[in-house]
Formats: sequence, structure tokens, C-alpha cells
Amino acid sequence: MESDLLNVTLLSILVSGTATLLASSIAIPLGCYLGMRKFKGKELVRTVTYTLYGFPPVVAGLVLYILLSNSGPLGSLQLLFTPIAMILAQTLLVVPIVIGLTMSAVSTTSKDYTETAIILGADSWRTARTVIHEARIGIISAVMVGFGRALAEVGAVMLVGGNIQWHTRVLTTAIVLETREGNFEYGLALGAILLTIGMVFFYLMKRYQDKGMLT
Amino acid sequence: MSAIKARGISKSFGNRCVLKAIDLEVEEGDLFAIIGPSGAGKTTLLRILCSLQPPDSGTVTILGKQMSYREAEDLPLRRRMSFISQKPIAFRETVRENVAYPLRVRGIENGNEMVYHALQHVGLLDLADNLGVTLSGGELQRMAFARATVYNPEVLILDEFTAHLDPYNIKMLEDAVVSYRKEKGATVLTVTHNLFQAKRIASTTAFMLDGVIVEQNETARIFNSPADERTGSFVRGEMIF
Repeated sequence: MESDLLNVTLLSILVSGTATLLASSIAIPLGCYLGMRKFKGKELVRTVTYTLYGFPPVVAGLVLYILLSNSGPLGSLQLLFTPIAMILAQTLLVVPIVIGLTMSAVSTTSKDYTETAIILGADSWRTARTVIHEARIGIISAVMVGFGRALAEVGAVMLVGGNIQWHTRVLTTAIVLETREGNFEYGLALGAILLTIGMVFFYLMKRYQDKGMLT
Repeated sequence: MSAIKARGISKSFGNRCVLKAIDLEVEEGDLFAIIGPSGAGKTTLLRILCSLQPPDSGTVTILGKQMSYREAEDLPLRRRMSFISQKPIAFRETVRENVAYPLRVRGIENGNEMVYHALQHVGLLDLADNLGVTLSGGELQRMAFARATVYNPEVLILDEFTAHLDPYNIKMLEDAVVSYRKEKGATVLTVTHNLFQAKRIASTTAFMLDGVIVEQNETARIFNSPADERTGSFVRGEMIF
């Protein structure tokens, strides 16, 4: 029982952490680019991104399920019911959130800092670096929210992971299972662990964020 | 020779024409003030001269080189000039690092002495290790001046650089501008609502109204015997436009 709990907890951290890292590595550069550039259709991109904040996880899971199933275009990769599929599902859900929040953080910072950097002789590359550096607090917040979304996610990982013991069971899917079996106390205890992981992560990120504000 | 030459500069925002075929010439080494009521187009003109905004039509020549309003092309020219806005911002780093920023972007690594002198010039040595974002309005404006002059720009453009400041900071900044111009032989173009300031520091003054330069002359003449009645009304504080 204890080793099962440890396995489920570690897998939750691994899946959500990897998904957040993967999503951030795609979404932060994209969000910075979209936040800094002026182009036709920017408002449309912004609206679509914000709409995707509410992308239903089960739909994301279903799309991925179809793609990864044996008859799907990516079926040959044999990823369905693996932690990799769960990471991909969470990444899909976290990317729009990190893009949108990064874009907001950068656009809010962009105008004044861009002009200051240009006036002081910065080239476009250096100007972009300055703006991103100044928007770092908002970008860290974006990653924090993204991790929160990944960690709390259940529908998509249930579909593409299958909630297989020792293999793809994470805290959220384990809570669903325990609830179905009437083990409410155990389900609540798993919820407490989930919240604790979130709290530790947010505390560490907040410390990093505060440091970012001061230096 | 003219350090700043603008020919036929026009700029509109929507239906509103802010600048109407402005011609302006500032001689090298001059301290030139533009005065005028709010909405006259002064800040827009400065932003165009600094390459922050392209004009709809007309040309700007700084230190003999015409602005292209293409970022990479104008970079060498932009690096020979500087601009201080009414509300400068500090990067989230120390005052010393803020002032060193223009040196870093130019690849000057050993600029400690330059930073030291720039900070000393505006009386900010004591606050060098404080965060830029913690400075008061006056200190921030002084830091912005140090940051804008640390690399010895040949042209310095100031937009209401002492607005909302107390007399102590105004005096300190005015002295800093005057001595910088004197020591480096720089050309200074400043926009100000403070007529007394224009009188105190500028050798040439232009009066701007509704997107045109009404009159330009030696500062004493603008204030004592203006050629245009509108200039006279403005400098007498009558503002009957």
C-alpha cells in the first residue's frame, strides 16, 4: 500500500512536472514573441488562446486517444496507456495557459521597456532580452498556473493513461478510483498529498519569483 | 552646422493632424527649448526625432545622417543620441546596473569609471547599490539622466525632464544638463512647459502651437520681444488660443 502510494505520488510529480517543463519550453518563447510583436490578427490569436484556457480535458484526452490508438495516425508509436501519453495530454492543456499568461506579462511590460532599451542603444535582440527579463515575474506566474492545471488534471490522463496500477496511476486518477470504491478517507488523504505537492511547488516558485523581483 | 534638421514633418493619428509640415533646425552645441501648450505636438515631434516613431512625411537628419526609421539601419545613429522622457522607468536592477545598461548594450565591459562619473554628476553615488525601482521621482529622473549621458551622446533630447519635480531636483537636473552640454559640447533639445526653465537654460527657443512652429529665435527675444502675437500671449501666460 505504502509503496503504491509513493509510486502514485512520484508519477504525479514526474508527469505534471515534465508536462509543465515541456509546455513552458514551447509556450514561453511563443508567448514572448506574440506579446512583443504587432501583427494583423493578434487579437484573434489572443482570443483563441484565452478560449483554450477552458479546453475540456476530456476532449483533449479524446483527441489524443484517437491519435495514439492502434488505428490512429500515431498508433505505431505504442504510446497509449503510457506516462508519455499522459505527459502529452497535460502539455496540450498547459500550453495555451502559459502562452496566454506569458503574452499578457510581456505585452504589459513591452512598450515602456522596449522604448527605454531602444533609446539607450539596444539592438532588437537585446531589446527583446530586456523585455523578457523585466517580464520574468509574470512568466514565473504563468508556469505556476500551468503546473497547477497539470497537477489537478484528471479527465485526459484517465483516458490516455488508463489508470493502470504501478504504471499510469497518478494521484488524481487514484482519487477517482478510491471514490468509486467508497474509500472516501483514503481519497481525501490522496487529495491532501496533491495539495501539499502544489503548495511546496508554489512556495518554491514564489521564493524564486520574489528573488526575481529584487534582483 | 545643424545637429538636428527636420524638414516637412507631418504626423496624424486617425483624423487628428498632430504635426503639420514642421521644419526645425538645431545648431550643433545649442541648448534649444521648445515651448507650447499641451497638445501642440511637442512630444510627438521629439519621438520622431528619436526614431521612436516614423513621420507620415518629411525627413529627419541627425548629425548629418538621415533617419531611415528602420531599426537596424538607424542603430549607429541612435547610439550617438539619447532621450529622457517625462516618466522614465528603471530596470529591475541596481542604480549602478541601470546606468551601466547603455554601456553593456554597446559591449563596453570596463565602464565602471564612466558609471561612477555619471552617478557623481547627478549626486547619486550614495544610492548606487539601491534598486532602481525604489528611487523617488526626483532620484529616478536623475538616474535617467546619468543613464542617458553615461556614454556621452552628442545629441540629448529631453521631454519635460523636470515635470512634477521639487525645486531641489529641478535645479540639480538643470545644472547637470547645462554642465553636460558645456563639458561635452553636446546639442540639447528640450521640451518644457516651464517657461522659467526655458529662460534659465536655453539659448534658442521655439514656440509650438497646433502642430506648427509659430516662431523660433534667441530665448531672450522670444520672451522679451516676440514677433508673433500668439507667442507673446503664451509667454505672458494669457493663453488666449
